[in-house]
Amino acid sequence: MERYFQEEIERAPLEKIREIQNEKLLAQVRHVWDNVEYYRKKMQEKNLTPDDIKSIDDLHKLPFLSKADLKAAYPYGLLGCDLKDCVRIQSTSGTTGKRVVAFYTQEDIDLWDECCARAIVAAGGTNEDVCQVSYGYGLFTGGPGLNGGSHKVGCLTIPTSSGNTERQIMFIMDLQATILCCTPSYAAYLGESMKEMGYKPEDIPLKAGIFGAEAWSEEMRRDLEKTLGIKAYDIYGLTEISGPGVAFECSEQKGMHINEDHFIAEIIDPVTEEVLPEGTQGELVFTSLDKKAFPLLRYRTRDICTLTREKCSCGRTHVKMSKPRGRSDDMLKIRGVNVFPSQIETVLLNKGYAANYQIIVDRVNNTDTFDVNVEMTPDMFTDNVGEIQARKKVLEDGLRSMLGIKAKVNLVAPKTITRSEGKAVRVIDKRKI
Amino acid sequence: MSVNQVSVFLENKPGTLNNMTEVLAKNGVNIRALSLADTNDFGIVRMLVNDVFEATNVLKEENFVAKFTPVLVYKISDETGSLNKILKFFSEANVNIEYMYAFAGKKDAYMIFRVSDTKKSEALLNAKGLKSLTQEEIADV
Repeated sequence: MERYFQEEIERAPLEKIREIQNEKLLAQVRHVWDNVEYYRKKMQEKNLTPDDIKSIDDLHKLPFLSKADLKAAYPYGLLGCDLKDCVRIQSTSGTTGKRVVAFYTQEDIDLWDECCARAIVAAGGTNEDVCQVSYGYGLFTGGPGLNGGSHKVGCLTIPTSSGNTERQIMFIMDLQATILCCTPSYAAYLGESMKEMGYKPEDIPLKAGIFGAEAWSEEMRRDLEKTLGIKAYDIYGLTEISGPGVAFECSEQKGMHINEDHFIAEIIDPVTEEVLPEGTQGELVFTSLDKKAFPLLRYRTRDICTLTREKCSCGRTHVKMSKPRGRSDDMLKIRGVNVFPSQIETVLLNKGYAANYQIIVDRVNNTDTFDVNVEMTPDMFTDNVGEIQARKKVLEDGLRSMLGIKAKVNLVAPKTITRSEGKAVRVIDKRKI
Repeated sequence: MSVNQVSVFLENKPGTLNNMTEVLAKNGVNIRALSLADTNDFGIVRMLVNDVFEATNVLKEENFVAKFTPVLVYKISDETGSLNKILKFFSEANVNIEYMYAFAGKKDAYMIFRVSDTKKSEALLNAKGLKSLTQEEIADV
Protein backbone atom coordinates (compact mmCIF):
# COMPACT_ATOMS: atom_id res chain seq x y z
CA MET A 1 0.00 0.00 0.00
CA GLU A 2 1.30 3.43 -0.92
CA ARG A 3 2.11 5.64 2.03
CA TYR A 4 2.29 9.42 2.15
CA PHE A 5 3.86 11.85 4.56
CA GLN A 6 1.30 14.58 3.87
CA GLU A 7 -1.40 12.77 1.95
CA GLU A 8 -3.85 15.66 1.60
CA ILE A 9 -1.40 17.94 -0.17
CA GLU A 10 0.50 15.20 -2.00
CA ARG A 11 -2.75 13.97 -3.57
CA ALA A 12 -4.46 17.34 -3.96
CA PRO A 13 -6.34 17.87 -7.23
CA LEU A 14 -4.66 20.12 -9.76
CA GLU A 15 -7.10 22.99 -9.13
CA LYS A 16 -6.20 22.94 -5.46
CA ILE A 17 -2.46 22.99 -6.28
CA ARG A 18 -3.01 25.92 -8.63
CA GLU A 19 -4.98 27.78 -5.97
CA ILE A 20 -2.15 27.34 -3.47
CA GLN A 21 0.46 28.39 -6.04
CA ASN A 22 -1.49 31.52 -7.02
CA GLU A 23 -1.88 32.65 -3.47
CA LYS A 24 1.74 31.93 -2.50
CA LEU A 25 3.26 33.40 -5.65
CA LEU A 26 1.61 36.79 -5.14
CA ALA A 27 2.83 36.95 -1.57
CA GLN A 28 6.32 35.78 -2.53
CA VAL A 29 6.70 38.36 -5.32
CA ARG A 30 5.69 41.04 -2.84
CA HIS A 31 8.16 39.65 -0.26
CA VAL A 32 11.01 39.70 -2.79
CA TRP A 33 10.12 43.19 -4.04
CA ASP A 34 10.13 44.53 -0.51
CA ASN A 35 13.30 42.78 0.63
CA VAL A 36 15.60 41.95 -2.24
CA GLU A 37 16.89 45.06 -3.94
CA TYR A 38 18.82 43.06 -6.52
CA TYR A 39 15.65 41.44 -7.86
CA ARG A 40 13.54 44.59 -7.50
CA LYS A 41 15.97 46.31 -9.88
CA LYS A 42 15.67 43.42 -12.30
CA MET A 43 11.88 43.80 -12.21
CA GLN A 44 12.11 47.55 -12.64
CA GLU A 45 14.27 47.07 -15.72
CA LYS A 46 11.31 45.21 -17.19
CA ASN A 47 8.89 47.88 -15.94
CA LEU A 48 7.26 45.43 -13.59
CA THR A 49 5.77 45.94 -10.16
CA PRO A 50 4.23 43.25 -7.95
CA ASP A 51 0.79 44.45 -9.17
CA ASP A 52 1.59 43.10 -12.63
CA ILE A 53 1.70 39.55 -11.25
CA LYS A 54 -1.91 38.59 -10.67
CA SER A 55 -1.64 34.81 -10.95
CA ILE A 56 0.78 32.12 -12.04
CA ASP A 57 -0.25 32.89 -15.62
CA ASP A 58 1.85 36.05 -15.25
CA LEU A 59 4.90 34.12 -14.02
CA HIS A 60 6.53 34.26 -17.44
CA LYS A 61 6.78 38.05 -17.17
CA LEU A 62 9.23 37.83 -14.27
CA PRO A 63 12.97 38.06 -14.94
CA PHE A 64 15.15 34.97 -14.62
CA LEU A 65 17.89 34.41 -12.09
CA SER A 66 20.95 32.42 -13.04
CA LYS A 67 24.18 31.27 -11.51
CA ALA A 68 25.73 34.51 -12.80
CA ASP A 69 23.26 36.49 -10.66
CA LEU A 70 24.18 34.45 -7.63
CA LYS A 71 27.80 35.24 -8.27
CA ALA A 72 27.09 38.95 -8.77
CA ALA A 73 24.98 39.15 -5.62
CA TYR A 74 27.37 37.09 -3.48
CA PRO A 75 27.21 36.83 -0.53
CA TYR A 76 24.23 38.78 0.82
CA GLY A 77 22.65 40.35 -2.27
CA LEU A 78 19.75 37.91 -2.55
CA LEU A 79 19.04 37.61 1.12
CA GLY A 80 15.27 37.96 1.67
CA CYS A 81 15.09 38.70 5.39
CA ASP A 82 17.03 40.11 8.31
CA LEU A 83 20.08 38.16 9.33
CA LYS A 84 18.63 37.85 12.83
CA ASP A 85 15.91 35.62 11.34
CA CYS A 86 18.40 33.37 9.51
CA VAL A 87 19.62 30.32 11.34
CA ARG A 88 21.85 28.54 8.83
CA ILE A 89 23.62 28.58 5.52
CA GLN A 90 24.36 25.72 3.14
CA SER A 91 26.76 25.94 0.26
CA THR A 92 27.31 24.00 -2.94
CA SER A 93 30.37 21.90 -3.47
CA GLY A 94 31.13 24.42 -6.26
CA THR A 95 33.47 22.97 -8.85
CA THR A 96 34.04 26.26 -10.67
CA GLY A 97 33.92 29.88 -9.69
CA LYS A 98 32.35 31.24 -6.50
CA ARG A 99 30.58 28.96 -4.11
CA VAL A 100 26.83 29.40 -3.82
CA VAL A 101 25.76 30.37 -0.32
CA ALA A 102 22.07 29.89 0.48
CA PHE A 103 20.37 31.12 3.66
CA TYR A 104 17.62 29.52 5.73
CA THR A 105 15.21 30.64 8.40
CA GLN A 106 13.96 27.98 10.81
CA GLU A 107 10.71 27.80 8.79
CA ASP A 108 12.71 27.29 5.59
CA ILE A 109 14.50 24.35 7.19
CA ASP A 110 11.25 22.83 8.52
CA LEU A 111 9.76 23.00 5.05
CA TRP A 112 12.87 21.46 3.52
CA ASP A 113 12.83 18.65 6.10
CA GLU A 114 9.20 17.97 5.23
CA CYS A 115 10.07 17.68 1.54
CA CYS A 116 12.74 15.10 2.40
CA ALA A 117 10.29 13.30 4.68
CA ARG A 118 7.89 12.97 1.74
CA ALA A 119 10.72 11.37 -0.24
CA ILE A 120 11.56 8.89 2.53
CA VAL A 121 7.93 7.87 2.99
CA ALA A 122 7.52 7.51 -0.79
CA ALA A 123 10.45 5.07 -0.68
CA GLY A 124 8.51 3.03 1.89
CA GLY A 125 9.99 4.59 5.04
CA THR A 126 8.14 4.58 8.37
CA ASN A 127 9.06 5.32 11.98
CA GLU A 128 10.11 1.68 12.29
CA ASP A 129 12.95 2.12 9.81
CA VAL A 130 16.63 2.59 10.48
CA CYS A 131 17.84 5.24 8.07
CA GLN A 132 21.57 5.62 7.43
CA VAL A 133 22.46 9.02 6.00
CA SER A 134 25.78 8.63 4.20
CA TYR A 135 25.61 11.93 2.36
CA GLY A 136 28.22 14.41 3.51
CA TYR A 137 27.12 16.53 6.48
CA GLY A 138 28.27 20.09 6.63
CA LEU A 139 27.99 22.70 3.92
CA PHE A 140 26.67 20.13 1.43
CA THR A 141 22.87 19.93 1.58
CA GLY A 142 22.74 16.13 1.18
CA GLY A 143 23.42 15.15 4.79
CA PRO A 144 21.44 17.87 6.59
CA GLY A 145 18.43 17.49 4.24
CA LEU A 146 17.94 13.75 4.54
CA ASN A 147 18.84 13.89 8.24
CA GLY A 148 15.99 16.35 8.79
CA GLY A 149 13.60 14.28 6.68
CA SER A 150 14.49 11.12 8.52
CA HIS A 151 13.78 12.81 11.86
CA LYS A 152 10.37 14.04 10.64
CA VAL A 153 9.42 10.52 9.56
CA GLY A 154 10.63 9.22 12.91
CA CYS A 155 13.22 6.81 11.56
CA LEU A 156 16.15 5.89 13.76
CA THR A 157 18.71 8.08 12.01
CA ILE A 158 22.35 7.03 11.67
CA PRO A 159 24.28 10.18 10.75
CA THR A 160 27.39 8.48 9.39
CA SER A 161 28.06 11.21 6.84
CA SER A 162 30.25 10.15 3.90
CA GLY A 163 33.53 8.25 3.92
CA ASN A 164 35.03 5.57 6.16
CA THR A 165 33.48 2.73 4.20
CA GLU A 166 34.26 0.04 6.76
CA ARG A 167 32.40 1.93 9.46
CA GLN A 168 29.48 2.51 7.08
CA ILE A 169 29.20 -1.21 6.47
CA MET A 170 29.56 -1.99 10.16
CA PHE A 171 26.60 0.26 10.98
CA ILE A 172 24.47 -1.13 8.15
CA MET A 173 25.04 -4.67 9.38
CA ASP A 174 25.13 -4.15 13.17
CA LEU A 175 22.20 -1.75 13.43
CA GLN A 176 20.33 -3.45 10.58
CA ALA A 177 19.84 -0.27 8.57
CA THR A 178 16.87 -0.53 6.20
CA ILE A 179 17.22 2.72 4.27
CA LEU A 180 20.43 4.13 2.81
CA CYS A 181 20.71 7.75 1.67
CA CYS A 182 23.81 8.75 -0.29
CA THR A 183 25.07 9.61 -3.75
CA PRO A 184 24.61 6.81 -6.29
CA SER A 185 28.36 6.62 -6.87
CA TYR A 186 28.96 6.11 -3.16
CA ALA A 187 26.19 3.51 -3.03
CA ALA A 188 27.96 1.67 -5.85
CA TYR A 189 31.21 1.85 -3.93
CA LEU A 190 29.57 0.54 -0.77
CA GLY A 191 27.95 -2.23 -2.80
CA GLU A 192 31.27 -3.24 -4.34
CA SER A 193 32.97 -3.24 -0.97
CA MET A 194 30.23 -5.33 0.63
CA LYS A 195 30.40 -7.80 -2.23
CA GLU A 196 34.16 -8.08 -1.77
CA MET A 197 33.63 -8.73 1.93
CA GLY A 198 31.44 -11.65 0.94
CA TYR A 199 27.98 -10.17 1.68
CA LYS A 200 25.27 -11.39 -0.66
CA PRO A 201 22.29 -9.12 -1.42
CA GLU A 202 20.09 -11.29 0.81
CA ASP A 203 22.49 -10.80 3.76
CA ILE A 204 22.15 -7.02 3.54
CA PRO A 205 19.30 -5.62 5.70
CA LEU A 206 18.73 -2.57 3.45
CA LYS A 207 15.42 -2.45 1.59
CA ALA A 208 15.51 0.99 -0.01
CA GLY A 209 18.06 3.51 -1.17
CA ILE A 210 17.48 7.22 -1.75
CA PHE A 211 20.19 8.36 -4.10
CA GLY A 212 20.74 11.82 -5.54
CA ALA A 213 23.05 14.82 -6.02
CA GLU A 214 24.46 13.23 -9.18
CA ALA A 215 23.04 12.22 -12.52
CA TRP A 216 22.67 8.45 -12.73
CA SER A 217 21.24 6.06 -15.27
CA GLU A 218 18.59 3.32 -15.28
CA GLU A 219 21.39 0.79 -15.75
CA MET A 220 23.03 2.02 -12.59
CA ARG A 221 19.70 1.71 -10.77
CA ARG A 222 19.37 -1.94 -11.80
CA ASP A 223 22.96 -2.54 -10.79
CA LEU A 224 22.52 -0.98 -7.33
CA GLU A 225 19.23 -2.79 -6.76
CA LYS A 226 20.89 -6.10 -7.58
CA THR A 227 24.09 -5.69 -5.52
CA LEU A 228 22.44 -4.24 -2.43
CA GLY A 229 19.13 -6.12 -2.69
CA ILE A 230 17.08 -2.90 -2.50
CA LYS A 231 14.71 -0.67 -4.42
CA ALA A 232 16.63 2.43 -5.48
CA TYR A 233 14.86 5.81 -5.59
CA ASP A 234 16.05 9.02 -7.13
CA ILE A 235 15.81 12.32 -5.29
CA TYR A 236 16.40 15.75 -6.79
CA GLY A 237 17.25 19.13 -5.43
CA LEU A 238 19.67 21.99 -5.47
CA THR A 239 21.11 24.21 -2.80
CA GLU A 240 19.81 27.36 -4.49
CA ILE A 241 16.20 26.18 -4.10
CA SER A 242 16.67 24.36 -0.76
CA GLY A 243 18.47 21.05 -1.21
CA PRO A 244 17.42 17.45 -1.84
CA GLY A 245 13.69 16.86 -1.77
CA VAL A 246 12.60 19.46 -4.32
CA ALA A 247 11.44 16.37 -6.23
CA PHE A 248 11.49 12.66 -5.41
CA GLU A 249 10.59 9.30 -6.84
CA CYS A 250 7.60 7.22 -5.77
CA SER A 251 6.88 3.47 -5.99
CA GLU A 252 6.45 3.79 -9.76
CA GLN A 253 10.18 4.71 -10.05
CA LYS A 254 9.44 6.61 -13.21
CA GLY A 255 10.08 10.30 -12.85
CA MET A 256 10.18 12.47 -9.72
CA HIS A 257 7.21 14.32 -8.23
CA ILE A 258 8.01 17.99 -7.72
CA ASN A 259 6.68 19.40 -4.44
CA GLU A 260 4.44 21.87 -6.23
CA ASP A 261 2.97 23.38 -3.10
CA HIS A 262 6.45 24.80 -2.42
CA PHE A 263 8.01 25.17 -5.86
CA ILE A 264 6.70 26.11 -9.31
CA ALA A 265 8.52 24.33 -12.11
CA GLU A 266 8.75 25.58 -15.68
CA ILE A 267 10.57 24.24 -18.71
CA ILE A 268 12.17 26.79 -21.01
CA ASP A 269 14.15 26.79 -24.20
CA PRO A 270 17.66 27.47 -22.86
CA VAL A 271 18.48 29.65 -25.87
CA THR A 272 15.32 31.70 -26.52
CA GLU A 273 14.21 31.53 -22.84
CA GLU A 274 10.68 30.85 -24.04
CA VAL A 275 8.44 28.74 -21.81
CA LEU A 276 7.81 25.33 -23.39
CA PRO A 277 4.68 23.21 -22.97
CA GLU A 278 4.69 20.27 -20.53
CA GLY A 279 6.17 17.18 -22.14
CA THR A 280 8.83 19.09 -24.08
CA GLN A 281 12.48 18.73 -23.17
CA GLY A 282 14.19 21.87 -21.99
CA GLU A 283 15.83 23.62 -19.08
CA LEU A 284 14.19 23.37 -15.70
CA VAL A 285 13.35 26.65 -13.94
CA PHE A 286 12.18 26.89 -10.33
CA THR A 287 10.32 29.51 -8.38
CA SER A 288 10.47 29.00 -4.67
CA LEU A 289 7.10 29.86 -3.09
CA ASP A 290 7.75 29.63 0.62
CA LYS A 291 11.38 30.27 1.26
CA LYS A 292 11.88 33.53 3.08
CA ALA A 293 15.67 33.76 3.56
CA PHE A 294 16.69 32.88 0.01
CA PRO A 295 13.58 33.43 -2.11
CA LEU A 296 14.66 32.78 -5.68
CA LEU A 297 12.15 33.51 -8.43
CA ARG A 298 12.53 31.80 -11.81
CA TYR A 299 15.95 30.32 -11.08
CA ARG A 300 17.52 28.61 -14.08
CA THR A 301 18.82 25.25 -12.91
CA ARG A 302 20.63 24.39 -16.17
CA ASP A 303 19.21 20.88 -15.75
CA ILE A 304 17.76 19.45 -18.95
CA CYS A 305 14.59 17.38 -18.47
CA THR A 306 10.87 17.14 -19.24
CA LEU A 307 7.75 17.62 -17.09
CA THR A 308 4.73 15.33 -17.28
CA ARG A 309 1.40 15.39 -15.54
CA GLU A 310 0.18 11.92 -16.45
CA LYS A 311 -1.76 10.07 -13.78
CA CYS A 312 0.72 8.29 -11.53
CA SER A 313 -0.01 4.86 -10.06
CA CYS A 314 1.17 6.05 -6.65
CA GLY A 315 -1.76 8.43 -6.35
CA ARG A 316 0.31 11.59 -6.10
CA THR A 317 -0.90 14.44 -8.27
CA HIS A 318 2.16 16.67 -8.37
CA VAL A 319 3.89 17.07 -11.72
CA LYS A 320 6.77 14.70 -12.49
CA MET A 321 10.15 15.60 -13.89
CA SER A 322 12.26 13.12 -15.81
CA LYS A 323 15.75 12.24 -14.61
CA PRO A 324 17.83 15.19 -15.78
CA ARG A 325 19.99 14.16 -18.70
CA GLY A 326 22.71 15.85 -16.76
CA ARG A 327 23.18 19.31 -15.40
CA SER A 328 24.26 21.52 -18.24
CA ASP A 329 27.22 22.27 -15.95
CA ASP A 330 28.17 18.61 -16.38
CA MET A 331 27.62 18.65 -20.10
CA LEU A 332 30.81 18.74 -22.07
CA LYS A 333 31.23 19.92 -25.58
CA ILE A 334 33.94 17.74 -27.07
CA ARG A 335 34.87 18.20 -30.71
CA GLY A 336 31.57 20.03 -31.08
CA VAL A 337 29.50 17.18 -29.69
CA ASN A 338 27.47 17.35 -26.47
CA VAL A 339 28.59 14.65 -24.05
CA PHE A 340 26.84 13.88 -20.77
CA PRO A 341 28.74 11.80 -18.21
CA SER A 342 25.57 9.77 -17.64
CA GLN A 343 25.80 8.44 -21.21
CA ILE A 344 29.27 7.11 -20.50
CA GLU A 345 28.02 5.48 -17.34
CA THR A 346 25.29 3.70 -19.31
CA VAL A 347 27.82 2.22 -21.74
CA LEU A 348 30.19 1.13 -18.95
CA LEU A 349 27.49 -0.73 -17.08
CA ASN A 350 26.16 -2.32 -20.26
CA LYS A 351 29.62 -3.61 -21.11
CA GLY A 352 30.20 -5.15 -17.71
CA TYR A 353 32.37 -2.51 -16.04
CA ALA A 354 31.57 -0.71 -12.80
CA ALA A 355 30.40 2.90 -12.93
CA ASN A 356 33.78 4.16 -11.75
CA TYR A 357 35.17 6.43 -14.39
CA GLN A 358 36.72 9.79 -15.00
CA ILE A 359 36.57 11.86 -18.15
CA ILE A 360 39.69 13.82 -19.04
CA VAL A 361 39.42 16.40 -21.78
CA ASP A 362 42.34 18.39 -23.07
CA ARG A 363 43.21 20.34 -26.18
CA VAL A 364 46.32 19.40 -28.13
CA ASN A 365 47.13 21.16 -31.43
CA ASN A 366 43.65 22.70 -31.48
CA THR A 367 41.96 19.33 -31.26
CA ASP A 368 40.13 18.04 -28.23
CA THR A 369 41.50 14.89 -26.70
CA PHE A 370 38.94 12.77 -24.92
CA ASP A 371 40.08 10.11 -22.48
CA VAL A 372 37.93 7.99 -20.23
CA ASN A 373 39.69 6.36 -17.30
CA VAL A 374 37.91 3.21 -16.25
CA GLU A 375 38.67 1.21 -13.13
CA MET A 376 39.56 -2.42 -13.74
CA THR A 377 37.26 -4.84 -11.93
CA PRO A 378 37.82 -8.49 -10.93
CA ASP A 379 35.07 -9.49 -13.39
CA MET A 380 36.74 -7.83 -16.36
CA PHE A 381 40.28 -8.95 -15.55
CA THR A 382 41.94 -11.96 -17.16
CA ASP A 383 45.63 -12.83 -17.43
CA ASN A 384 45.38 -12.56 -21.20
CA VAL A 385 46.51 -9.24 -22.69
CA GLY A 386 44.70 -9.84 -25.98
CA GLU A 387 41.42 -10.53 -24.19
CA ILE A 388 41.67 -7.38 -22.06
CA GLN A 389 42.40 -5.34 -25.15
CA ALA A 390 39.49 -6.93 -27.01
CA ARG A 391 37.16 -6.03 -24.12
CA LYS A 392 38.54 -2.50 -24.11
CA LYS A 393 37.83 -2.26 -27.82
CA VAL A 394 34.21 -3.36 -27.23
CA LEU A 395 33.93 -0.56 -24.67
CA GLU A 396 35.45 2.03 -27.01
CA ASP A 397 33.10 0.96 -29.80
CA GLY A 398 30.16 1.20 -27.42
CA LEU A 399 31.16 4.72 -26.40
CA ARG A 400 31.58 5.73 -30.00
CA SER A 401 28.15 4.54 -31.00
CA MET A 402 26.55 6.20 -27.95
CA LEU A 403 28.34 9.55 -28.23
CA GLY A 404 29.18 9.80 -31.90
CA ILE A 405 32.82 10.61 -31.19
CA LYS A 406 35.80 8.45 -30.35
CA ALA A 407 37.05 8.23 -26.79
CA LYS A 408 40.29 6.68 -25.68
CA VAL A 409 39.77 4.27 -22.81
CA ASN A 410 42.52 3.87 -20.22
CA LEU A 411 42.20 1.01 -17.79
CA VAL A 412 43.29 2.08 -14.32
CA ALA A 413 43.75 0.28 -11.02
CA PRO A 414 40.71 -0.15 -8.74
CA LYS A 415 39.79 2.65 -6.34
CA THR A 416 42.22 5.11 -7.90
CA ILE A 417 39.55 7.52 -9.16
CA THR A 418 39.17 10.33 -6.66
CA ARG A 419 36.02 10.61 -4.63
CA SER A 420 35.29 13.77 -2.69
CA GLU A 421 32.51 14.06 -0.09
CA GLY A 422 31.34 10.78 -1.55
CA LYS A 423 30.61 12.66 -4.76
CA ALA A 424 32.78 11.29 -7.54
CA VAL A 425 34.89 13.69 -9.57
CA ARG A 426 33.72 12.69 -13.03
CA VAL A 427 35.17 15.32 -15.28
CA ILE A 428 38.57 16.93 -15.56
CA ASP A 429 38.59 19.54 -18.27
CA LYS A 430 42.12 20.81 -18.87
CA ARG A 431 41.25 22.85 -21.96
CA LYS A 432 42.15 26.48 -21.71
CA ILE A 433 39.59 28.16 -23.91
CA MET B 1 48.59 -31.32 -11.82
CA SER B 2 48.23 -27.75 -12.87
CA VAL B 3 49.31 -25.12 -10.36
CA ASN B 4 47.81 -21.74 -9.56
CA GLN B 5 49.58 -18.74 -10.90
CA VAL B 6 48.68 -15.34 -9.47
CA SER B 7 47.91 -12.76 -12.17
CA VAL B 8 47.76 -9.10 -11.20
CA PHE B 9 46.58 -6.02 -13.10
CA LEU B 10 48.96 -3.05 -13.00
CA GLU B 11 48.87 0.36 -14.55
CA ASN B 12 51.86 1.06 -16.75
CA LYS B 13 53.45 3.86 -14.79
CA PRO B 14 56.43 4.26 -12.48
CA GLY B 15 56.14 2.66 -9.08
CA THR B 16 53.19 0.33 -9.60
CA LEU B 17 55.26 -2.86 -9.74
CA ASN B 18 57.16 -1.77 -6.67
CA ASN B 19 53.90 -1.06 -4.82
CA MET B 20 52.86 -4.62 -5.49
CA THR B 21 56.17 -6.24 -4.44
CA GLU B 22 56.05 -4.06 -1.32
CA VAL B 23 52.71 -5.59 -0.32
CA LEU B 24 54.02 -9.11 -0.91
CA ALA B 25 57.28 -8.47 0.94
CA LYS B 26 55.46 -6.93 3.91
CA ASN B 27 53.26 -9.99 4.18
CA GLY B 28 56.02 -12.54 3.81
CA VAL B 29 55.00 -13.81 0.39
CA ASN B 30 57.92 -15.30 -1.53
CA ILE B 31 57.93 -14.94 -5.32
CA ARG B 32 59.30 -18.04 -7.04
CA ALA B 33 58.89 -16.97 -10.65
CA LEU B 34 57.67 -13.83 -12.35
CA SER B 35 56.89 -12.61 -15.82
CA LEU B 36 55.44 -9.33 -16.99
CA ALA B 37 53.24 -8.75 -20.01
CA ASP B 38 52.95 -5.11 -20.88
CA THR B 39 51.05 -2.80 -23.19
CA ASN B 40 51.24 0.97 -23.47
CA ASP B 41 48.81 1.62 -20.66
CA PHE B 42 48.65 -1.50 -18.52
CA GLY B 43 50.58 -4.61 -17.62
CA ILE B 44 49.85 -8.03 -16.21
CA VAL B 45 52.17 -9.58 -13.67
CA ARG B 46 52.16 -13.36 -13.65
CA MET B 47 53.92 -15.14 -10.85
CA LEU B 48 54.30 -18.30 -8.87
CA VAL B 49 54.44 -17.67 -5.14
CA ASN B 50 54.86 -19.82 -2.06
CA ASP B 51 51.34 -19.04 -0.79
CA VAL B 52 48.78 -18.20 -3.49
CA PHE B 53 45.88 -17.61 -1.11
CA GLU B 54 47.82 -15.28 1.15
CA ALA B 55 49.18 -13.47 -1.91
CA THR B 56 45.76 -12.84 -3.49
CA ASN B 57 44.18 -11.91 -0.16
CA VAL B 58 46.76 -9.30 0.76
CA LEU B 59 46.76 -7.90 -2.78
CA LYS B 60 42.96 -7.56 -2.78
CA GLU B 61 43.09 -5.83 0.58
CA GLU B 62 45.45 -3.28 -0.95
CA ASN B 63 43.05 -2.72 -3.88
CA PHE B 64 44.87 -4.72 -6.54
CA VAL B 65 42.89 -6.84 -8.97
CA ALA B 66 44.39 -10.32 -8.68
CA LYS B 67 43.26 -13.68 -9.99
CA PHE B 68 44.31 -17.32 -10.08
CA THR B 69 45.21 -18.81 -13.44
CA PRO B 70 46.00 -22.51 -13.86
CA VAL B 71 49.38 -23.14 -15.49
CA LEU B 72 51.49 -26.24 -16.18
CA VAL B 73 55.06 -26.46 -14.88
CA TYR B 74 57.63 -28.88 -16.29
CA LYS B 75 61.18 -29.65 -15.28
CA ILE B 76 63.84 -29.10 -17.90
CA SER B 77 67.32 -30.47 -17.43
CA ASP B 78 70.23 -28.13 -18.00
CA GLU B 79 71.45 -29.52 -21.32
CA THR B 80 71.27 -28.66 -24.99
CA GLY B 81 68.03 -29.56 -26.70
CA SER B 82 65.90 -30.13 -23.59
CA LEU B 83 63.53 -27.22 -24.28
CA ASN B 84 63.30 -28.32 -27.88
CA LYS B 85 62.33 -31.79 -26.75
CA ILE B 86 59.56 -30.64 -24.49
CA LEU B 87 58.14 -28.21 -27.05
CA LYS B 88 58.05 -31.04 -29.54
CA PHE B 89 55.64 -32.88 -27.24
CA PHE B 90 53.41 -29.82 -27.18
CA SER B 91 53.48 -29.56 -30.91
CA GLU B 92 52.74 -33.27 -31.44
CA ALA B 93 49.83 -33.06 -29.01
CA ASN B 94 48.64 -29.97 -30.92
CA VAL B 95 48.58 -27.87 -27.74
CA ASN B 96 48.58 -24.12 -28.24
CA ILE B 97 50.84 -22.20 -25.86
CA GLU B 98 49.45 -18.77 -24.92
CA TYR B 99 52.59 -17.74 -23.10
CA MET B 100 55.48 -19.27 -21.18
CA TYR B 101 58.28 -18.24 -18.88
CA ALA B 102 61.02 -19.92 -16.94
CA PHE B 103 62.55 -20.07 -13.51
CA ALA B 104 65.68 -21.74 -12.18
CA GLY B 105 65.60 -24.16 -9.27
CA LYS B 106 68.59 -25.23 -7.22
CA LYS B 107 69.50 -27.92 -9.75
CA ASP B 108 67.23 -27.81 -12.77
CA ALA B 109 65.34 -25.22 -14.77
CA TYR B 110 61.54 -25.11 -14.96
CA MET B 111 59.21 -23.84 -17.65
CA ILE B 112 55.76 -22.49 -16.89
CA PHE B 113 53.17 -22.85 -19.65
CA ARG B 114 49.79 -21.20 -20.02
CA VAL B 115 47.73 -23.17 -22.53
CA SER B 116 44.20 -22.70 -23.81
CA ASP B 117 42.77 -25.93 -22.39
CA THR B 118 44.80 -26.82 -19.31
CA LYS B 119 43.09 -30.10 -18.39
CA LYS B 120 43.12 -31.53 -21.91
CA SER B 121 46.71 -30.47 -22.56
CA GLU B 122 47.84 -31.95 -19.31
CA ALA B 123 46.25 -35.29 -20.18
CA LEU B 124 47.72 -35.33 -23.67
CA LEU B 125 51.23 -34.55 -22.41
CA ASN B 126 50.87 -37.00 -19.56
CA ALA B 127 50.09 -39.71 -22.10
CA LYS B 128 53.40 -38.91 -23.71
CA GLY B 129 55.17 -39.45 -20.41
CA LEU B 130 55.54 -35.77 -19.52
CA LYS B 131 54.45 -35.13 -15.94
CA SER B 132 53.76 -31.62 -14.73
CA LEU B 133 54.81 -30.53 -11.25
CA THR B 134 52.42 -30.08 -8.31
CA GLN B 135 52.36 -27.08 -6.00
CA GLU B 136 54.19 -29.11 -3.33
CA GLU B 137 56.87 -30.26 -5.72
CA ILE B 138 57.56 -26.70 -6.78
CA ALA B 139 57.98 -25.66 -3.15
CA ASP B 140 60.83 -28.14 -2.86
CA VAL B 141 62.86 -27.19 -5.90
